[in-house]
Amino acid sequence: MLHFTPTILKNLFSKSATRLYPIEKREPFENVRGELDIDIAGCKLCGICARKCPAACITVDKKKGIWQVDPFACIYCGICADSCPTKCLYFKGQYREPVIQKVVKIMEKPVEEQVDQSK
Amino acid sequence: MAPTVIPFGPQHPVLPEPIHLTLTTKDEIVTEAVPQLGYIHRGLEKLADIKDFHQLVQVVERVCGICSCIHAATYAQAIEALMNIEVPPRAHLLRVIWSELHRVHSHLLWLGLFADGFGFESLFMQTWRIREKIMDVMEATAGNRVIISVNVIGGVRRDLSPEQCQWILSVLDDAEKEYKELGKVFLDDYSVQKRTRGQGVLTREKAYELGACGPTGRGSGIAQDVRQTGYSGYAMLDFEPVVENDGDSYARCKVRYREVLQSFDLIRQAINKLPEGEINVKVKGNPEGEVITRSEQPRGELLYYVRASGKKHLDRLRIRTPTFANIPPLLAMLPGTELANVPVVVLSIDPCISCTER
Ligand code: SF4
Ligand code: SF4
Repeated sequence: MLHFTPTILKNLFSKSATRLYPIEKREPFENVRGELDIDIAGCKLCGICARKCPAACITVDKKKGIWQVDPFACIYCGICADSCPTKCLYFKGQYREPVIQKVVKIMEKPVEEQVDQSK
Repeated sequence: MAPTVIPFGPQHPVLPEPIHLTLTTKDEIVTEAVPQLGYIHRGLEKLADIKDFHQLVQVVERVCGICSCIHAATYAQAIEALMNIEVPPRAHLLRVIWSELHRVHSHLLWLGLFADGFGFESLFMQTWRIREKIMDVMEATAGNRVIISVNVIGGVRRDLSPEQCQWILSVLDDAEKEYKELGKVFLDDYSVQKRTRGQGVLTREKAYELGACGPTGRGSGIAQDVRQTGYSGYAMLDFEPVVENDGDSYARCKVRYREVLQSFDLIRQAINKLPEGEINVKVKGNPEGEVITRSEQPRGELLYYVRASGKKHLDRLRIRTPTFANIPPLLAMLPGTELANVPVVVLSIDPCISCTER
């Protein structure tokens, strides 16, 4: 009998177990796979990430110099970042914010750098 | 009075899982239950045609969110057997650690939902508060909270540093202390016993005959646990299957309650025995041949069948999940149950319908 009473009493005098998200955010842990981002200057547009991605959400267009990802199809597995030869893909600690409309993230590689790479 | 036929599910206010049963009742007592499967069939096995065998690791993780790590580890085990890959011992034990963390969080989730099923809302909240500590451990060590994507063919992708191991041990001690306090409620509370004792009884003979697996079978006195076969790192660890003999919902709840403590112990053993060394090996070539592997999921025995012919894509991938095996025992438990107790009895086998229908 009354096995739950100690827990109730403890809860009465301790602070809440939940946070007022999104007003109050917890510091992310190290190496958490939050939002996927790219350091486009380091990208060779080789397309390995696009081929390895299990969700097929990355598209690389070498001619136009475009790398794009659909963050709403991405499953945050990190396979792309692991297999990228130049290690230019990385994850931010915080998760993607909720949005009203889904958008594809398009990154364009600056033209002069492309010429640099081909030398 | 003529019998009444009541559709139960797939949407039901108490059950989180979209199980669909057609119940025949007489005076509020169930006389027959007929399942209908397929409501959330996603065709994941067919994806083997278009995703290569490395990418399938991420696909099979999505068969079930709650025990994703074990699905991936079992699939990797199957491919490793086909390709004769020797996984380093450190990787084996790391797989055990993450698998057992998954078992803990799965059982805590279930205990909470079960409490919710018999109307003990605050017990549900308390269980999930403890579960959150385990989720934090997974997020900090593996990078994601639920589908942790640590397994690859040939080993694991992430390592644990000695500091992380110490931190995990301290979190486990903390969680175990709070968990044992709640244990008194689950095992001794009058209202919990009133709702679960003698409900949905499955005798040992019936359980054996119908092929009950996992905690459903162990709650009826069948001491079978696939982990005893010593796959992955389990050969290096010491444990006995948890068995209860009553065969009712209470016994199944007790089995899961004790299994959480067993998993805490297994994680501690694995961390203490963690050898130095590599965490994965390079994989070259494509798999060829045919293989069946088994493992123990939180819900019971999981079976993978893989057939490959040396190509990037597998010829066939077949997954048999524990809930599939536990549905016939459920149908044997339901007759005789009062309609109001049906959710408790259904929950007591820990149904995972998204697993079953894939
Ligand atoms: S793998 Fe790396 S370098 Fe290659 S396209 Fe992707 S992001 Fe660019
Ligand atoms: S994290 Fe995974 S799903 Fe997302 S883009 Fe990279 S490989 Fe694709």
